[in-house]
Amino acid sequence: MIGQIAFTLLVVITFGIGYKKYSQLRRNILLGRDEDISGDSGARFKNLLLIAFGQKKMFKRLLPAVLHFFIYVAFLLTQVELLEIFIDGFTGSHRFFRPYLGGIYTLTISLIEILSVLALIATVIFLARRNLFKIPRFHMDEMTGWPKIDGNLILYGEIILVTCIFTMNSADEAIHLVEGKGSYGFAISQFIGPLLTNVYTDFLVMLERIGWWGHIMMVFAFILYLPFSKHLHILLAFPNVYFSRLQPAGEMENMPMIMNEVKSMMGLPVEGMDENADANMDEIPQFGASDVFGLSWKNIMDAYSCTECGRCTTNCPANITGKKLSPRKVMMDVRDRAEEIGAKLDANDTRCIKPELKAKTQTLTKDNFDDGKNLFDYITKEEIHACTTCNACVEACPVTINPLDIILQLRRHEILDLAEGPAEWTPMFTSIENSGAVWQVPDDRDKWVTDLLEKEDQA
Amino acid sequence: MTKLKIETMAEMAAKGAEPEILFWVGCAGSFDARAQKVTVAFTKILNATNTQFAILGKEESCTGDPARRAGNEFVFQMTALQNIETLNTYGVKKIVTTCPHCFNILKNEYPALGGNYEVIHHTQFLQALIDEGKIKLQGGGAFKGKKITYHDSCYLGRSNNIYEAPRKILEQLDSDLVEMKRCKSKGLCCGAGGAQMFKEDEPGDKRINIERIEEAIDTKADIVAANCPFCLTMLSDGVKAKEQQENVMVYDLAELIVQNNNL
Repeated sequence: MIGQIAFTLLVVITFGIGYKKYSQLRRNILLGRDEDISGDSGARFKNLLLIAFGQKKMFKRLLPAVLHFFIYVAFLLTQVELLEIFIDGFTGSHRFFRPYLGGIYTLTISLIEILSVLALIATVIFLARRNLFKIPRFHMDEMTGWPKIDGNLILYGEIILVTCIFTMNSADEAIHLVEGKGSYGFAISQFIGPLLTNVYTDFLVMLERIGWWGHIMMVFAFILYLPFSKHLHILLAFPNVYFSRLQPAGEMENMPMIMNEVKSMMGLPVEGMDENADANMDEIPQFGASDVFGLSWKNIMDAYSCTECGRCTTNCPANITGKKLSPRKVMMDVRDRAEEIGAKLDANDTRCIKPELKAKTQTLTKDNFDDGKNLFDYITKEEIHACTTCNACVEACPVTINPLDIILQLRRHEILDLAEGPAEWTPMFTSIENSGAVWQVPDDRDKWVTDLLEKEDQA
Repeated sequence: MTKLKIETMAEMAAKGAEPEILFWVGCAGSFDARAQKVTVAFTKILNATNTQFAILGKEESCTGDPARRAGNEFVFQMTALQNIETLNTYGVKKIVTTCPHCFNILKNEYPALGGNYEVIHHTQFLQALIDEGKIKLQGGGAFKGKKITYHDSCYLGRSNNIYEAPRKILEQLDSDLVEMKRCKSKGLCCGAGGAQMFKEDEPGDKRINIERIEEAIDTKADIVAANCPFCLTMLSDGVKAKEQQENVMVYDLAELIVQNNNL
């Protein structure tokens, strides 16, 4: 009975704190501007199935893909056991599903045990890859401090979790044997259980409880830890893949406001133009993005879905050749900035209310937010100037994150709002504007034709 | 050899004629000495296959790709809307271009501005001509047994998922196609895209085109085949920097066909 009360209490506390934390997370994602991402649910479900559930893009690198797959499938299947733990926890039953499922139960738990061993092996190899083998992508500038600790913590947590599962099942097996009820017949614990039958039964019961409680406590700890961790991808990968763009990777988003402006400058008809649009404009519109507020909510979801694996960065031509740009860092910066703004909103830091609005309100919201900082305090111009827009980072990401989209929005802000950017680009802009060519050339555009025909005449 | 025929849309319209396709030459194809050779090679193929085509000539403007990628939407919109006006006035339906940047932006980004055309890249067009039997590649030609490696441009490859058409052409040249370590969707950029062509590199250890050409040289290929005027420049510069001009040639696919068939 005490166990049930303690369990219920733990569930209430975990989900209470969790609800708050995940609401803040949702709010942080929605700091971004609206973007209507809908339509073609068929293609989206296909992506969800192949890329998220099927992990298609992981398999571009076989070894990490297979190891990751073990942990992933173990995670998915353990949900069945987790459901049982919840029922047992609330009702005080023991292995609630077993009488109903019979052989299927034995098979399921056996599968979980086998996958847990595989996951354990994978976890140990991952720890070695991270800490002993010095794989470069885990040791770049952005992977120091918290990101480095975070990457290891998750793996240690995984080891504890798996240890708990086997402690629980093996002790249970031993108790079952001692009590003369025979073996559970689970794939792995049936071999560990017999080794423990000489241990005092009381101790076995305690061991089983330690395993059981340890397991569920680790799960609760994970739930509360995820919002602070790169490991959030285990939840967000799925919606992130579902909402990923379906148009060709090379396509850049149009800016209708500028298009309409230019159209009216050129005397072209402008569709759907509100005649009073100019009069209604009480603020100068912002172009591109200088902060997370200017990015789409999907860009921010991308940032929260990033597990910092670094495939984007190791495929980035700029990074490969020693430039400062690292697409992974861009994603981490966007998340850090969203977190910073979120924390200030949660604290209702009224110093961050736009000065002109301070008299009107004492509540900090995303609409009156101005802490004097923006994304350019995190991402330098040198970084965004180094991008070749090659889409290698986009292609490389196993969960369809698009760092390029963010880089291009930052560039738009820099050029359109700040009128800055690399000085060498100015002649290119001027030349396109004045002569319709990317280079300032004295020749006519069709000079190659006259040259060619002349040459032919001479021949 | 029959005289080359290159007409403009204006000349055709004056005669009341309409070409099958518009050949979009692009800035590089029009002005850059190296890329002009590709323009000429492709023109020769169009002539040899009796394809009814026209160019815009002086009426063509930059598509706006580098301006847009640099972040300058105003300049992009100005030049793009101007081009769309021109294209729509002539009622253009089908465009072929030798530049993957022009290809990508005309195909994927002009529709949002009111420019809807069927746009194909010249490597796709060439592959179709071969499939239709309009170009017969004589086997055992200049490239028989030559090692050729193919460099995927970002704007044809990853941006638009076109990997096979250019490779099929190379196979039909009777050549020995060798792949670089990073190819197809994993292909390494030449370093020119995103308006990098028009500025100095940001500080770093190495130029991207050097990294790429080293990979190409590692394949021991005699020829690096490309599909983009900017890749062509970057890769050629790389070959020069590595002093490999004697051993490695960089060509566009259209040039390879012209050489093979002595057009």
